[in-house]
Amino acid sequence: MISVENLHIDLGEFHLRDITFEVEENEFFIIMGPSGSGKTILLETIAGLIQPKTGRIKIGAEEITHLPPEKRGISIVYQDYALFPHLTVVENIRYGLHFSKENKAAGENHLRELLTLLNLEGLERRYPETLSGGEQQRVAMARALVVNPKILLLDEPLSALDPRLREEFRLLLKQLQQNTTATILMVTHDFSEALALGGRGAVMNDGRIEQTGSMEDIFQRPVSTMVSNFVGMKNLFAVTLKNETATIEGLQIQLGHSYRDGHRFIAIRPEDIVLSAEQLQSSMRNSFSGQIVRIISQGFYYEIHIEVNKTSFCALVTKGALVEMELQEGKEIFLFFKSTAIHTF
Amino acid sequence: MLRKDFFFWGTIACAVTVMAFIALPLVQLLTAPSLEMLKETILDKDVLNSIELSLTAAGVAALISFILGTPLAYLLARHEFHGKRLVEGIIDLPIIIPHPVVGIAILSVAGRNHWFGQILSEWGIRIMGSVTGIITVMTFVAIPFYIKAAKEGFDAVSPRLENVSRSLGASMTSTFFRITFPLAWRSMLAGIIMASARAISEFGAVVIVAYHPMIAPVMIYERFETYGLKYSQPVAVWLIGICLLLFLLLRTLTTKQKNQHDLR
Repeated sequence: MISVENLHIDLGEFHLRDITFEVEENEFFIIMGPSGSGKTILLETIAGLIQPKTGRIKIGAEEITHLPPEKRGISIVYQDYALFPHLTVVENIRYGLHFSKENKAAGENHLRELLTLLNLEGLERRYPETLSGGEQQRVAMARALVVNPKILLLDEPLSALDPRLREEFRLLLKQLQQNTTATILMVTHDFSEALALGGRGAVMNDGRIEQTGSMEDIFQRPVSTMVSNFVGMKNLFAVTLKNETATIEGLQIQLGHSYRDGHRFIAIRPEDIVLSAEQLQSSMRNSFSGQIVRIISQGFYYEIHIEVNKTSFCALVTKGALVEMELQEGKEIFLFFKSTAIHTF
Repeated sequence: MLRKDFFFWGTIACAVTVMAFIALPLVQLLTAPSLEMLKETILDKDVLNSIELSLTAAGVAALISFILGTPLAYLLARHEFHGKRLVEGIIDLPIIIPHPVVGIAILSVAGRNHWFGQILSEWGIRIMGSVTGIITVMTFVAIPFYIKAAKEGFDAVSPRLENVSRSLGASMTSTFFRITFPLAWRSMLAGIIMASARAISEFGAVVIVAYHPMIAPVMIYERFETYGLKYSQPVAVWLIGICLLLFLLLRTLTTKQKNQHDLR
């Protein structure tokens, strides 16, 4: 549906290089990456608001690289919603209909439907400044959708909402996917958010795409240290790989599976590491004993840093487990993980 | 509670001095002429003509500033380009240059010895001693004020609003008239008022380009030179009255804008 080929963009200090990906029709695609990686610029380029230096953007078979934004049929919803402050809610939503070739009555019908779908009835005559953040976002969504865009671009739609509204928005997105034919491209800096929404995506870093694939794939099998850091793989080690064994400074880790030539790193998710006060009889191939060097509170969870032969592992436990196991700094402890939890790259 | 120490009283003293410095001469001027004299002055055809000329010429200068300055202000607010600082510097020049120098500079371009002056005279346009000349000089000194105010207005409109408008199917022209203009017009209007106030008050540059037809400041000067303070005062009062009116209009408009911001 949308294909982006070898896009190079220069914008002030930002440089996007060699951006290539494809999104299927009606797909939900998430572009992820830390702030400053060029995600919003990529969205604006797809919308036609920034001209790329080289490369092509196509919708289906039609090339749109040099089409002005108003002729693309691509709607954008910004992080700050960018509602027109001098227009009421209904005037904001109706805005795109002034330029649409669709007949007036059909447009108005669609507008009514969206007001209902997005739960905006009763707010029609209000001005944006009097709306809550969640309401503003729904108005922005309605305004973007009323013109029946082929593609809907969402710039960090969850970051400005409080957690309660985030859940609501996720449900809304699901609903929208069923109700519209638009292909949705969303940008986020938060991997857990992307994972919760699912679908396919790409991780960007420093103006380049690091990895493209399903969320599950990116989460389980990051292709670079940057991606594994981004998806929250705390245990990341440079290793020597030989005969299904990884060696970190004398510590031998059983991989139990083969790896590609040239792989030099292993990564283990902290939640895949099991802690125990005593040696366990288990099917887990790797077990080590070490000393707790640091315990860091992460709200609902605690990060336990354990040193095994000068190599530091990180595991996550709940507060309950922390108390039950009487974990404290300096305590000797056993840690276990399955060989399938080890990811090499 | 502010501690009333030396610093506090120092600032108060300075504030009072500045207020008195500005207000005292103006109050004195305004109260000096009798009502009868004021009435007599405004019934004087020459005075009326000069004030009318001042107002219309300044109005036209402001209108020209609006038409030519708006696109430039927009360009400066939206785009980064090489030499932008230079362009902004050039726009500031009329504010910095001594006023008589402005008049002399304009005359040197409009004179018969200059190719531009020759073109003008071929077209039958005269700068020296004409209303056209007065408007030219006034535009020269007023346009920076308009451009600055309009640029500030455009700066305050997020480019994202324009982006969204474009993505919803509006051309750049539609976007400007439906989004940018309605959000920036207050600043543009404030700019127009500032520019006309500046144009009305111009004396030094105008007097060099056109002593006649006489604008109000030139008439005040002439009456002062010929008849003395007492006869120049009533004309000055009428001119000040009009300038204050413009100033008040500007103040009410900008405060209204601030109140609207508070609501957001």
